[in-house]
Amino acid sequence: MGRYVIRRLLQMIPVFFGTTLLIFLMVNVMGDPIAGLCGERQCDPATAAQLRKEFGLDKPVWQQYVTYMGNVFTGDFGTAFNGQKVTELMATAFPITIRLTVIAIVFEVVIGISLGVVTGLRRGRPVDTTVLILTLVVISVPTFVTGLLLQLLLGVKWGIIDPSVSSEAPFNELLVPGLVLASVSLAYVTRLTRTSIAENARADYVRTAVAKGLPRRRVVIRHLLRNSLIPVVTFIGTDVGALMGGAIVTERIFNIHGVGYQLYQGILRQNSQTVVGFVTILVLVFLAANLIVDLLYAVLDPRIRYA
Amino acid sequence: MRGATQAKWAACAVAVALMATACGGGGGGGGGGANGIVSSSWGDPQNPLEPANTNEVQGGKVLDMVFRGLKKYDPKTGAATNMLAEKIESTDSQNFTITLKDGWTFSNGEKVTAHSFVDAWNYGALLKNNQKNAYFFGYIDGYDKVHPNTGNASAATLSGLKVVDPKTFTVKLSQKFSLWPDTLGYPAFAPLPKAFFTDHAAWVSKPVGNGPYTIENYTKGSSMSLRKWDGYPGDDKAQNGGIDLKVYTDSNTAYTDLVAGNLDLVDDVPASQLKNVKADLGDRYINTPAGIIQTIAFPFYDKKWDTPGGIKVRQGLSMAINRDQITSQIFQKTRTPASDWTSPVLGEEGGFKKGLCGAPCEYNAADAKKLVQEGGGIPGGQLKISYNADTGSHKEWVDAVCNSINKALGNNKACVGAPVGTFADFRSQVSQQKLTGPWRAGWQMDYPLIQNFLQPTYYTNASSNDGKWSNKQFDSLIDKANAESDKAKAVSTFQDAERVLAEQMPVIPLWYQNGSAGYSDRITNVALNQFSVPVYEQIKVK
Repeated sequence: MGRYVIRRLLQMIPVFFGTTLLIFLMVNVMGDPIAGLCGERQCDPATAAQLRKEFGLDKPVWQQYVTYMGNVFTGDFGTAFNGQKVTELMATAFPITIRLTVIAIVFEVVIGISLGVVTGLRRGRPVDTTVLILTLVVISVPTFVTGLLLQLLLGVKWGIIDPSVSSEAPFNELLVPGLVLASVSLAYVTRLTRTSIAENARADYVRTAVAKGLPRRRVVIRHLLRNSLIPVVTFIGTDVGALMGGAIVTERIFNIHGVGYQLYQGILRQNSQTVVGFVTILVLVFLAANLIVDLLYAVLDPRIRYA
Repeated sequence: MRGATQAKWAACAVAVALMATACGGGGGGGGGGANGIVSSSWGDPQNPLEPANTNEVQGGKVLDMVFRGLKKYDPKTGAATNMLAEKIESTDSQNFTITLKDGWTFSNGEKVTAHSFVDAWNYGALLKNNQKNAYFFGYIDGYDKVHPNTGNASAATLSGLKVVDPKTFTVKLSQKFSLWPDTLGYPAFAPLPKAFFTDHAAWVSKPVGNGPYTIENYTKGSSMSLRKWDGYPGDDKAQNGGIDLKVYTDSNTAYTDLVAGNLDLVDDVPASQLKNVKADLGDRYINTPAGIIQTIAFPFYDKKWDTPGGIKVRQGLSMAINRDQITSQIFQKTRTPASDWTSPVLGEEGGFKKGLCGAPCEYNAADAKKLVQEGGGIPGGQLKISYNADTGSHKEWVDAVCNSINKALGNNKACVGAPVGTFADFRSQVSQQKLTGPWRAGWQMDYPLIQNFLQPTYYTNASSNDGKWSNKQFDSLIDKANAESDKAKAVSTFQDAERVLAEQMPVIPLWYQNGSAGYSDRITNVALNQFSVPVYEQIKVK
């Protein structure tokens, strides 16, 4: 197990450098960021040259990348165009997005898996059909429609919630945005669990467990669910990364100043330091989440061993 | 029915979730009347909040509340009136003597002296300080030394600025410019306290100025609380207790918050909501002209476009655009069809002249087709109008303009839009002369003067003459107008220069942009100034 983890960690190094290099190049292809700083007019050439020098944009791209990575390892993620340290932006944005992600994951796990188990055990019954149709609806409606609709109904028409989240973004204000963010994945989790449960329900070990006279609850939770969770855990694991970086739409609708918003603004302003910095952290999150998922397999299914 | 119980639990979880968020409802400011706090939408300023470094409206809002300069533009008429200046005198339109009023201080108690201005302007002009509005000081003598186009500065201060005594300083310009004192209302010319220079980092994180409000609290990227400064010496004291600026990720969200009653003022009503504004807000919606004109510019650096027949083609294209229809259907009348190259905010006296462009700016499909044909047709056979697709709903109107041109010319492929992903990329292509076809252009005035609409954009090699258009007659008329000491004569000479634009049509004027804002029923007396910034100090809370 220990050796496996070390090997996986070593594998992360080339992946990390590869992805950051790609992002760095992509941001660079977008063109000269300085030109966008002066509104509709042209920046005066002297100031533009000075700014380019300050942000290191006058050097060749490979040199910019090397300098940037060097700085990253000393904890310096550079400065955004508005004079704020990128680390400062991260310190405000990540806690908010982590809260949002935690809420979304909790919704996925609690609602998604329970619905999956219910429908998986009652295939073909009305409950199953209803949930299947509902998940299909949720999957096919884009997030921004769900978000705007909930915002309009709950926030404006019925006044149950504030339509926008305050800048501190406490847990209770993030519940509805979290539900919106989770909705599509939640539907997938339901469907994945349902299929997996339905398939395993006919497995030999389940029949054995039933034959042993175990209580139904124990059969379902200890034997059936645990073995059926592998595809679901894989999905949720990768979803952690996707939720953190892909919350742009939800964050804009509900005025959440998280990672998605910072990335969006960074891209609009072609602020390479912000974009590369945030994406670098997201890459690390993805890698860590994947490793944890792989390790969880062994916990869920004793037949899987890592050496 | 174990499954059903679980479903019930799930339903309960959702219900609990919704109830918990309900606790977050309500809000709004504390108190009313003169101490009432107004909450207003905001965007994250693009640059640090230094006066000479703020060139967009979000940072401009704050500077407008926290600073007062030598002059101030009347929010209604746009006339520049003395604020901190007792008098600004000149005999030759080139050497100015500025005398300050007594009794002005910064909110930290420091006196506003001639040094506060001279030091601030020197800071703003100096190359190494990276101030994006440095060009504002470009008319002052010695600017080429502190801000050379290439290489390092050879002087640290502007030679044209001299402090005479604590209340007086003199300014020498590098050329005659009779209307120069009227430019001094722009925030870039604001005075700065000593703390700005001695502890810059602390100042930028919480700016201190001499305006009607002081900054109580500033959380970068999310909010700023401004409170009325009781000791403010000016006569435009704040009529409310303070302003809370709140950063929104999207103007639609801010609008929703306004409708839900959680926000008092939105100064950027999103285009998609314009249809609903009447129903949502009734008469709590304002739509007033701002000093912005939208145009289509052409690449004169490209030989294809710089032809003698080009004039006819450009005039023809201009006549092929149905401005009335586009402004009313796409912009819901938040734009006004343009018939000159300035803006209605200047007023008749300031040089705005409706209809100066004449027939070439009026829709006439038949003549349009004829003129384009006479001029040799569209260079390259197709008009590709470049625009940035990320902000400002440009796609809609570019498509509409193309549609109008295609219809008038009877050719479905005469005009197409050419989107560029981001504003920064678009601007970099424009400023590096990479575009080979026309592009959407716009000009937001720096100060309400006709000079500002003409010189920076059409004068030979001017800073924002992106198309590199050049015309000797136009240049000499501008020079003549700048040297004119009588204001009325100067304005009419500028208009003569503008008539050259009508003949040559170097850019096609499209429409004047309005500023729009919506507000809650808690506040009254809301107005936007010529820069589309709400006049915060006049807002009254019920």
